[in-house]
This record gives sequence, C-alpha cells and structure tokens, in this order.
Amino acid sequence: MVRATSTTMMTAALALWTSLAAAQANEPEACSWQPERAVTFIVPWGTGGGTDANSRRLASLLEEEMGVPFNVVNRTGGNGVVGHTMLARSQPDGYTIGAATVEIDTMHWIGLTPLTYKDITPIALIDRTSAAVLVNQDSPYESLEALLDEARQNPGELTASGTAQGGIWHLALAGMLKAEGLAPDAIRWIPSQGAAPALKELMAGGVDVATPALSEARNLVEQGELKALAYMSDTPMEQMPKVPLTSDILDSGWTMGAFVTVSGPKGLPDEIACAYEQAIDDAVHSKAWAEFKRSRGTPVVFEGRQETAQTLAEADRQLGEVIKAIGLAQ
Amino acid sequence: MSISSLIALFSPASLAVIAACTLYGTFIGAMPGLTATMAVALLVPFTYFMDPMIAISAIVATTTTAIFAGDVPGTLMRIPGTPASAAYVEDAYRLSRAGRSRSTLMTSLFAACIGGLVGVALLALIAPQLARVAMQFSSFETFWLACLGLSCAVLTSNGSVAKSFASLFIGLFIATIGIGVAVGYPRFTFGYYELFAGISFIPAIIGLFALSEILRSVQTRRSEQPTVATQESFSQALREAADTLRGFKRNIARSSILGTLIGALPGAGADIAAWICYAISRRFSSHPERYGTGYIEGVADGGAANNAAIGGAWTPALVFGIPGDSVTAIAIGILLLNGMSPGPQIFTQSPELVHTLYGAFALSNLAMLPAGLLVIMASSHIVRIPRRILMPIVLLFSLVGAYAITNSVVAIWTVLALGALGYVMEANGFPLAPTILGIVLGGIVEDNFMTSMLKAQGDLLAFFERPWAAALGILTLLVWALLLWRAARDALRRRSPASPKESHS
Repeated sequence: MVRATSTTMMTAALALWTSLAAAQANEPEACSWQPERAVTFIVPWGTGGGTDANSRRLASLLEEEMGVPFNVVNRTGGNGVVGHTMLARSQPDGYTIGAATVEIDTMHWIGLTPLTYKDITPIALIDRTSAAVLVNQDSPYESLEALLDEARQNPGELTASGTAQGGIWHLALAGMLKAEGLAPDAIRWIPSQGAAPALKELMAGGVDVATPALSEARNLVEQGELKALAYMSDTPMEQMPKVPLTSDILDSGWTMGAFVTVSGPKGLPDEIACAYEQAIDDAVHSKAWAEFKRSRGTPVVFEGRQETAQTLAEADRQLGEVIKAIGLAQ
Repeated sequence: MSISSLIALFSPASLAVIAACTLYGTFIGAMPGLTATMAVALLVPFTYFMDPMIAISAIVATTTTAIFAGDVPGTLMRIPGTPASAAYVEDAYRLSRAGRSRSTLMTSLFAACIGGLVGVALLALIAPQLARVAMQFSSFETFWLACLGLSCAVLTSNGSVAKSFASLFIGLFIATIGIGVAVGYPRFTFGYYELFAGISFIPAIIGLFALSEILRSVQTRRSEQPTVATQESFSQALREAADTLRGFKRNIARSSILGTLIGALPGAGADIAAWICYAISRRFSSHPERYGTGYIEGVADGGAANNAAIGGAWTPALVFGIPGDSVTAIAIGILLLNGMSPGPQIFTQSPELVHTLYGAFALSNLAMLPAGLLVIMASSHIVRIPRRILMPIVLLFSLVGAYAITNSVVAIWTVLALGALGYVMEANGFPLAPTILGIVLGGIVEDNFMTSMLKAQGDLLAFFERPWAAALGILTLLVWALLLWRAARDALRRRSPASPKESHS
C-alpha cells in the first residue's frame, strides 16, 4: 500500500516535472520566477481611494495566483512623493512592488522631487480614468460651452476643485482652458485633498466646478445631485453614455485621464518583471476583476511592460508641456 | 425594521461574524499604535468572500469596538489608542494609578455603548436631514468648527492660559511640518522626503504621552514609586461604574447627541466630538477644577461622544456616497462591488441594507459589552506589574506600534523626540493635551483657512457671509473673548497679592 502510493507519487512528480520542463521550453524568456515569501505592495495614496481599491483587489488576486501573501502598505503623503520614492528606492529583488500613478509624470515637473518614471520598472497598466466637468444641480450652466463662455467673459470669477495644486485634475482643467484659448486660471483652482472633499465643496456651494474622474462622481450624477457637463475622453463611459465627450464638443479635442501602473523599483530583473506581468495579465482577465471594475464604473484595461513604459514616457512629455504652458513648472 | 433584514442579521453566519469582529476590534484597538482604520483595511480581503450585508456588519462591529478599546491602553498605560481617546486620557490614567482602572474602564465601556446606541438611533431617525445640514459645510464652516475645537484645548486645560496657549502653538507648529496642502510646498523637511508626509499622529501621541511618562518613572526612585496595592473586584467595579452612570445621566445623554451631530460633519469626526464634549462637560460641571486630575465625569462624556460620532460619520457616506473618513470609504467600495450605490435612493432601493446597517450597529454595541468586560478584567492586571518591568515593555510596544502605523523609521525618531519634548514640557508645568489637539487639528485649520482665502481672494468678511459660517464664527469669537477676559482677570488677580513678593526678588 505504502509502496503503491509512493510509486504513484513518483509517477505524478515525474509527469509534473516533464510538463514543467515542456512549458519552460515553450517560453524562451523563462518567466518562472516565484516569490517564496510575502511580497510588500506599496500604495502611495490613502486607504479608500481609487488607487488603493485597485491595488487591494489586485493584491488579493495575485495572492491566489502566486501563492504567497501580498501585504498592501499605504505610504501616503507629500502628494504621492513619499510612496513613489519608497517604491523606487526599495530592493529590486521582487519582494517589493507597488502602484505607480500618473503623478510620477507630474511631480518632478512642478519641482516636488527629482524622481521620474525612469526610476521605476513598469510591469503593467491596470486602470485608466478620465476627468469630468461637474457642476451643482442648481448651477446656471447647462453645457460646457456656457461654462467656458462665462469663464471667457469674467476670467477669475469661477472656482474649481478636484485635487491638490498641480495634481492631475488641476492639469485637466487648466490644460483644457489653455487649449480652448482661455487663460489657464480663467477658472481659479482651489486645492483639495482629493476628489471626495472636492465633491463635498461643490455640493456645499463652496466652488462652482469640480473636475475629478467621472467614475468618482457617478453616484452623485445619477442621483441628480450634480450635473456632468463633459467627459474628457474620446470614448464614452459604459455606465454613463450620455455625458458629452470633450473630443466631440471642443474644437481642440482636449482629453485628459489618469492611470495606475504596477511597477517595481529600478533595475528589477527581467525574469521577475516578466513573471509579475504574466500573473497580472491573468488576474486582470479574471471574472472577479471584471466584476470589480464594473462596480467602479471603469473599463478593464491592461498594458504589458513595453506598452506601459511607452505610456509613461509619452504622458511625461505631454504633461510636462501642459505644466509649462500653465506656468506651474519649476 | 423589516423581517427579512432581521432574519439576515440574526443568521448564524452574521452573528458569528459580528462576534468575531467584536473580539478582533477589541484586540486591535487595545494594542497601542494600531488604529480602527488599520483594522478595517486588514478586513478588506475577507469581505470579498462575504455577503455584502455581513461585510458591512463586520466593518461596523470592528470600528465600534476598536474606538472603545482605544481607551484601554490610554487608561492603563497613558497611551491613547486613538486621537478620540486623547481628550480624557489624563483623567483616566490618574484614576487607574489610584487603583480604579476597572471602574474607569467600565464607565467608559458603558458610556461608549450608550453613545453608540444613541448614535445609531439618531442615524435611523434623521440621517437624510442630518446629511443635508452636513453638506452645507464648505471650507468656511469647517474652519470655524476646527477653531472651536482648538479653543477647547485651552478651555479644558488646568494650566495657566498662557502655558496652554504655548502648548497649543507647539502642536500647531508640529502640524506645519511636511507638504502644505494648499500650495504644495515642503516646509521644515530639510529636503528629507520621509518628512514630506508630516508628523503622523500616532507616533506623536505615543511619544508625548507614553515616552514622557516612562522618562518620568525612570527618575522617581523605586521606594517613591506608588504601587497599586488594591485592585477592585469585578462586582465592586461594576457597582461603582453603574453609580457613575446614574450620577452623570444628563452628561451622557448630552454628549451622545452632540457627538452624533458633530460626527456627521465632514472633516470633524470622533476626535473633535470627544474634545468638544469634554470641554462642554467641564464648563457645566459643578467641579470644573477636578478635571485633568483624575475625575470620572469627563471620561463618561468623552467616552460617549466618540462612539456616538461613529454612527454620525456614516450619514454623509450613506446619504450621498461621499466618505467621511477612510473607514466609510472602504465600506462604500464594498457596497459598490456588490452593485449597491449609496445615495438617497439606497433608502428606497435597498432598504434591507440600511436596516442591516442599523441593526449591526445596535448589535455590535451590545456585543461590545461582554467583549469589553473580558478585556477590562484581563488587562487591568497590568497595573500590578512592577513599574520597572512594565515600563520597558511599554516602551517596546510603543516603538513597534509607532513603526507599524507608518512603516517608517521616522516614526521611531518622532516618538523619541516628542517624548523628550513632552517630558520637558510636563516638568515645567505645560499641559500636553493642547499640543496633541494642535497636531490633530493644525492641518484641518490651515487647509480650510487657505482654501477659504483662495476662494474669497483674501476677503476676510467672506468668513461670515454664509449662515452657518457666521453662527460658528461668532460663537468661536465669543469663546476667544471669554478666554482673553479670563486670562486678563487671572493676571490682575495674581498681580495684586503677589506684588510685594515681586519687589522683594
């Protein structure tokens, strides 16, 4: 009996080994790296936000995928500088990865840090959201054109909020104004600590406009508390197809979005990055992830290592131009 | 409450989860340095496998008990587990040193339970109306509310008004370290990126309260160290706590209601609720001079207020889907994941969810009683450990806890630096509580002031233009005038009898 069991196991092990060897032979790049202990996943933004939610859901899927715990650690503060710096400076041994967001392409332009996208190793892109132009339900502006006309006639009268000074949603508004031939501060920016406080200000009548991601305001728009005048994208949002697209209604065709990547520190070996890329690819195309994304009102997106690196480089150049154009560059 | 949600709430799975989360919340809250938010964040992966109703019950049970359990290390070791416990930590700790740790903690447990129940009752009755008012709060109103909170520090401290102000401004200074929210410029960071995030609250509170106490205990000789010889028995402590509750019925009712209302306001939460209620309690007490010296009345008020505020904090989240804090933000994420979007419609579209939420609140406040009593009876033995053994252990826990909250060595330096500062301040008669409040509220005051000034383009009158802002502003100015008048009166009174002495020296 014992003997029989051990023979069966031997056969099984042999079969497993041959199949593994075959699999390896099929993949010349050898993405066979496996973490042997817990992995730390750094999130540069606070608990409860969009980046945090995406990271935590992904981490739990990666846990199933790779068989080790993924500890999500929120290293917040300094408009994202602290967490991104921690990520870039950690050991490139595969046991620290994290979420690098669009801010890595903006904060060095406004002089917060010398850190750029070149200091991290991009693995995958897992989230894209685009900005919206929102006003209160009792606002007199029924369309983006009407709002821009008011800003053109009385520059500096209207105020807007959505994130910190120089944050991505500030660039979305100022860049749009500039592209439409207005002064970048024709609608004055009131900094806030994020989308939720900005929406609160908008509802309390503290500001006239807010430009956070449309997905973050979906609830309030659907309930009729807020009006969505425009969606800064060229493809409509699945759940809110009626919101006008800026690519259609603006002469400049202005669009602006944010993204979340999974990245490792600079110098992360190829085989590790490749192994994570595959695991994330599988996780992002799972049913659980699709459900999660639908709940947040954002599409399932995935870009591999090469594409993500291109996205980061391209966004860095474009955002640098916007920041210089609106006079925030240091 | 509908029958279906009752059945859902009392299903074995739901009851088991509430019981488990009550114990879990008690444990996390009682560990110095681990917060309610952290407890909820650690729960998130488990909620993916839960029914949404049960997931919400789990979050509610965890936060409810964690906020109460924050009182345990505060009372026994002078390490407030949450900012909300810091308001009355001095009173609670001194009572515990006098051998009354069990009755003090039981008072705070029962007050927390009553506060929590009042909170959920108000939530059930007037959530939509309350949320409407809360949504009137822009940066102007929040600024005045935070100012009012700051004034409480000076109102409640026993030291001289001048020293309280000095202590408050030390706290406000510490709060300016890091990147300024309004203009995004780093201040006092010396180019060191770890300081960009500012001084985190938990390491600061551990340093100021716990480490300074450890330093002081090193200084006192062994023979002089007070030993707590007698420990109250369970029934004795229970009787005493019940007496306290009966004696301060009106305090607890007042603080529960006020705590819920303040908790519902965006940006305020349990911290400001506890401080304001403690200050009001002292103002209307018949023994204001005993506050801060180990007096139970303020503990009852603060304990009720911070648990009531948890219920209040759900109003904006539930009614508008706008999270009031990170705990409700996580909860909203879970609801969205299950296809439920919080908002006015949730009351008509998924009433069972709303009812489950209320039920879970009520149930976890009741489940907190046995769990809390268990923790109190188990942990109160700590006071009998000789100080020379206990204090190094507390130091170790403090440093580990501080590190755990930020995962950064800066936290350990913060504990050490602020511990030394706290020791020097106490040795010279400066109260510590205003410094803590300065650190907690400094960022809120500055952020909302700068935002308001940017909006109004420097017009100070804009601070009184909106109705709620005007009311809160005038109230704040009245409190300040009262403080100035009291300081001037004290100075005059001191000068007349003291003048011969002064000329002598």
